[in-house]
Amino acid sequence: MQKLWVATRKGLIEIRNGDVANVTFLGVPVTQVYARGDEVFAAVGHGHFGAKLHRSRDGGATFEEVKAPAWPPKPPGPDEKDPMGRVIPWSLEQIWTIEKSGDVLWIGALPAGLFRSADGGQSWQMVRALWDREERKQWMGGGYDVPGIHSVRIDGRRVLCGISTGGLWASEDAGETWELRGKGLWAAYNPPELKYDLNSQDVHRIAACDAQPDVLWLQHHNGAFRSADGGRTFTELAVPPSSFGFAVAAHPRDPQTAWFAPAIKDEKRVPVDGAMVVARTRDGGKSFEVLRRGLPQKNAFHLVYRHGLDVDAAGESLAMGTTTGALWTSRDQGESWQELSKDLPPIYAVRFG
Amino acid sequence: MPRVTFTGNLQRLVAAPPAEVAGATVREALDAVFAQNPRLRGYILDDQGALRRHVSVFVGGEPVKDRKGLSDAATAEISVLQALSGG
Repeated sequence: MQKLWVATRKGLIEIRNGDVANVTFLGVPVTQVYARGDEVFAAVGHGHFGAKLHRSRDGGATFEEVKAPAWPPKPPGPDEKDPMGRVIPWSLEQIWTIEKSGDVLWIGALPAGLFRSADGGQSWQMVRALWDREERKQWMGGGYDVPGIHSVRIDGRRVLCGISTGGLWASEDAGETWELRGKGLWAAYNPPELKYDLNSQDVHRIAACDAQPDVLWLQHHNGAFRSADGGRTFTELAVPPSSFGFAVAAHPRDPQTAWFAPAIKDEKRVPVDGAMVVARTRDGGKSFEVLRRGLPQKNAFHLVYRHGLDVDAAGESLAMGTTTGALWTSRDQGESWQELSKDLPPIYAVRFG
Repeated sequence: MPRVTFTGNLQRLVAAPPAEVAGATVREALDAVFAQNPRLRGYILDDQGALRRHVSVFVGGEPVKDRKGLSDAATAEISVLQALSGG
């Protein structure tokens, strides 16, 4: 039976048969969740006591704490500072994304460190080849005081990282060497000289088509984009009713289909005209349908954050959770939506598993 | 042999009973506790070994001055608390 996991400000919520089946870590922020079968990883963010990682091997019935990724010792010398003058800590502040490929677990963090574990979280290696890039010192916080890695995509030896703000970084050799990609992305918020600077693009979220992973969908701070060449070049898309947003989900088999969750604009992070909608394309982003059946169409203030939209492995069911605690699911690719609750805590991530 | 106590708010997350340990400085005393209870370390210290931003440590009622090095002398009971700054 398909489960849906909802990581929230006040715990991890498991949904079965359209209802809340279980709550773990009650009262504690759960910043990310990953689930495949009986294996579930939950990133727990104890404000005072740091970010921790817990693993379940029985489908979420019980969890045990495993090691969280940690920074290596910082070389002696003054604090590192970002271009805003803020100290970049060499210490884990938040687990922002969790992915697994084969037996290897990957974590993208705040600050923007990438980590891998080959033993299910018993030990971690930082991907130094990315952290040690000189360009890293130009990255800036996007949504948080420190920059972070919110999207990690693994396909064979290819590793892609989406960084807010630090653009799209790619490795074709399992993380040994890295290059900046993202030609075609542009930043309205930058001075003219930096408009096309790849390293300062505020990538909000990346989603790839599992069957054709060269096809990437990218929600950016000031637009939506699609790539058909593994992120080397992008085409800008016109998403109705607005191209601003955080989340995007890619159909696992059809490289022409993706879903976006638009909001008005960066300074007005609410649905256009108070009507909650999802924008779907089925022709590679040339055109979009605005889907609204079952979603509130007036006085809606919901925002779907980066990891708040997911599609299942079949490409049929969708889940969408908002920062104001509403959760909807769809069983027909977004044509119609069912409200599961409007009373949940702020939702950080939804994930089928 | 300084005594080290931990905030009750920590107890729901990780076992942190009071401990009597050897140590001339706060660092030495905490390291002695963590040697017996390794999981506790990451709840108190960041990845570089400094006190977490929202954790406070007192020695006999005085807040430690060296939050990075923890070189303050362990002359009295050491209390590890949750700072209100973290909300």
